Amino acid sequence: MADNALTDLTIAEARERLDRGEVSARELAEAHIAAIEGARALNAFVTETPERAIADAEASDARRRRGESGALEGIPLGIKDLFCTEGVMSTAASGILDGFVPTYESTVSANLFAAGAVMLGKLNLDEFAMGSSNETSHFGPVENPWRRQGDNRALVPGGSSGGSGAAVAGRLCLGATGTDTGGSIRQPAAFCGVVGAKPTYGRCSRWGIVAFASSLDQAGPMARSVRDTALMLGAMAGFDPKDSTSVDIDVPDFEATLEDGVAGLKVGIPAEYSLDETPDDIRALWDEGIAWLRDAGAEPVEVSLPHTAFALPAYHLIAPAEASSNLARYDGVRYGQRVEGEDLIDTYARTRGAGFGAEVRRRILIGTYALSAGYYDAYYLKAQKVRTLVARDFERAFESCDFLLTPTCPSDAFAIGEKSDDPIAMYLNDVLTVPASLAGLPAMSVPAGLSGGGLPLGLQIVARAFDEETMFRAARAIEKAAAFDARPEPRG
Amino acid sequence: MSLIEGRSGAWETVIGLEVHAQVVSESKLFSGASTAFGGEANAQVSLVDAAMPGMLPVVNEYCVEQAVRTGLGLGAEINPVSVFDRKNYFYPDLPQGYQISQYSQPIVGRGAVEIALEDGTQRTVRILRLHLEQDAGKSLHDRDPRRTWVDLNRAGVALMEIVTEPDMRSPDEAAAFMAKLRTILRYLGTCDGNMQEGSLRADVNVSVRRPGGALGTRCEIKNLNSIRFIRQAAAYEAGRQVEIIEGGGSIEQETRLFDTDRGVTRPMRTKEEEHDYRYFPDPDLLPLELTRDYVDRIAADLPELPDAKKARFVRELGLSDEDAEVLVADRDNAEYFEAVAEGRDAKAAANWVIHDLFGALNRSGLAIGEAPVGAAHLGGLIDLIAAGTISGRIAKDVFQAMFETGRDARSIVEERGLEQVSDTGEIEAVVDGILAEREDMVAEYRSGKTKLLGFFVGQAMKATGGKANPKTVNEILRAKLDS
Repeated sequence: MADNALTDLTIAEARERLDRGEVSARELAEAHIAAIEGARALNAFVTETPERAIADAEASDARRRRGESGALEGIPLGIKDLFCTEGVMSTAASGILDGFVPTYESTVSANLFAAGAVMLGKLNLDEFAMGSSNETSHFGPVENPWRRQGDNRALVPGGSSGGSGAAVAGRLCLGATGTDTGGSIRQPAAFCGVVGAKPTYGRCSRWGIVAFASSLDQAGPMARSVRDTALMLGAMAGFDPKDSTSVDIDVPDFEATLEDGVAGLKVGIPAEYSLDETPDDIRALWDEGIAWLRDAGAEPVEVSLPHTAFALPAYHLIAPAEASSNLARYDGVRYGQRVEGEDLIDTYARTRGAGFGAEVRRRILIGTYALSAGYYDAYYLKAQKVRTLVARDFERAFESCDFLLTPTCPSDAFAIGEKSDDPIAMYLNDVLTVPASLAGLPAMSVPAGLSGGGLPLGLQIVARAFDEETMFRAARAIEKAAAFDARPEPRG
Repeated sequence: MSLIEGRSGAWETVIGLEVHAQVVSESKLFSGASTAFGGEANAQVSLVDAAMPGMLPVVNEYCVEQAVRTGLGLGAEINPVSVFDRKNYFYPDLPQGYQISQYSQPIVGRGAVEIALEDGTQRTVRILRLHLEQDAGKSLHDRDPRRTWVDLNRAGVALMEIVTEPDMRSPDEAAAFMAKLRTILRYLGTCDGNMQEGSLRADVNVSVRRPGGALGTRCEIKNLNSIRFIRQAAAYEAGRQVEIIEGGGSIEQETRLFDTDRGVTRPMRTKEEEHDYRYFPDPDLLPLELTRDYVDRIAADLPELPDAKKARFVRELGLSDEDAEVLVADRDNAEYFEAVAEGRDAKAAANWVIHDLFGALNRSGLAIGEAPVGAAHLGGLIDLIAAGTISGRIAKDVFQAMFETGRDARSIVEERGLEQVSDTGEIEAVVDGILAEREDMVAEYRSGKTKLLGFFVGQAMKATGGKANPKTVNEILRAKLDS
């Protein structure tokens, strides 16, 4: 009972209790280690690190006693297994990296630990972050802690940060890191009923994060309140000279402006995000969100993002093209798994054929094709032009509004296996999250209500580049108005 | 221009070069690992070089500066925006599975290099572009019967690829271009030009055509690491192509390797076997943007280059074209010469440097930096000649002694008592003695065999141990014989 009380806390609440000496980092860590052990059926973790967690927590308690408290002092977190962690196996949920233990720590996870965070383990994901359901993991699918009303089938947590979403929703950690390339934080956040934020491209260093699509990948926080994601992002973000695409710009105190409200701000409602296939419950929640913001003093304005329909196809050329090149290093020569063949080419083929799963192989093939001589102009280059147009759409829209409000996903969580043999249906999950990714804009999902089936639905806020403050303010306004307090039934 | 005389008439060789020049820098193009040559295998490999998961390249600004400096030295346009691309292919010594290079937007655009040909004429070789790229590692196939070993020390080292237009018309011109380019790079300090160590190597594109006709199909000979091989490979390849065409065949575009033992080129891969490198802009790196100011600052610091130096030597110091050409071919030589010539007769300085110093260095196998006779010492020797302290003849001996001992000229002259005798009285006494001894020859001289003057001069010099001032000897002899 006492343990449940600890795992139910938000990061902000835990911080207060730690500050007041009502709980120790060690107690928090132990409560979560027990929760993780009890929820192994979810398959949220690739690697649990209970000993490391206890050691981290004890070190944190010692620091606190010395009066040295970081922003996340003693907070137990899960780390998506796309982040390389020194001395702890880091796999990207791929067979080809099974057993790989880095000698280095990613900048973002290092920042979190420098702020006092405690590591509980490495969270499952879609292989190389390629997927929207966490079904492509070499270590098996993750289960969403939620169940559809009257239906006992296991549901996907979304992806690729599915382990992160499930662990945060299932009270296995107070917060988790995710990465978002086309919606990989926001979509699982929506499916799992948690908050997930993707900052502006360049806000967080990509150094030490296994690359999927370099021009799109961004790390971000997932947690159970907007405030928690704001304070996590504050610790994660910052210029890193080791990442040439990281931007040398100050990181504001996102928490400080969180409660500033949206009065006087204009919220853009993009007409193109209303799809024919959008279900009524999602449409209704979107309308409700607009009403909440109006009630909070914001002025809704209609905006147009005319190239929205072309964003998803462009994304599915650019991301695989970059991935086909980024994944070339997994050749079995220096690290990771190798399958010996007759000769060099045969060894490459066997190693990569055995090491990569079907979805990763599919995307490598698509990307290789898109970059090939004779097809480059028609596919990759055309997609880049579309990307420019999509970004310009947002720039124009932000001339008449301060942030956008849209649904995060076109559906609620679906059952494991339901879409896994239909890649197009799977890719369509990201139709509302991909445009902001192409434009590099900060965007986040806030749980705002339940679907007809009793599953969480998210609303998405998109803001101007490097204006995460407005994004968090708007998300906080939605959070307050929605007062979303539904939670999955405990399981396991 | 030198043509190949085939059975069916004359053929012209057309050559273009792609030169890979290793950038002089402490660390690699995108990592902090050392670039030192000859280190223990895989001791100079960073996480980035080994392409560990999640590692990212960060461009080494010094390498960029070196490329700009080189571009300026080649009289080329510096592009304000250039882009790093990925060239994708699989090989064990290419850890990333791609080489970071520059494809459609190189850092340096068009330039030109002047080369001097044997017959004294000049030719301009146009530079098409220069771009920055990473070197690959080294595959060692001969250490194990079944396996290949990989050394990644070179992986990620910065190279400049310098591409010429097909402006060379003979193997000699290609060799002359390569020598000139190496000189320029060494002047700039952007590549050490050491071809044995592989710091400078060239792919040579060769085709043949009827003089002035349409360009023929080219073959590319990869990775030549000496100027001699460039000349040999181009000559062999041109001859091979002429033979094929004259035998009724046609040239297939292909990549070939040069067998240095047998002096022949061999096919490596045909055009159909070329990789599709799937170039695309590297999303880990931003476009490289250079400001006018940045380029101007580098330009202001550029050293005087060989062509300018040669022109100045001819114009201001009165050297011949040939002497100036020899002196500027190496920056160290030119600097040595200038130190010697400073405040002295430049022609005399050039003669001493080119004939005596270079000769002695060649015989002893020493580089100019190792010369036992420093510029100040050689200058001192020339000063002694100019002051009339020693004769030119004696000076040769003094130089030899300086080269052997490393001592300065004056101390050798003093120790050995080699000062020239200009004292008229002393010389007159010697001359009188000789004339008295050889009255027969004096008579012959006076009867018209004036050529005998040389004999008397020689005798006088011999008698004074070479120390007599030859001019004074001459004057006194003439006065006495002609009176």
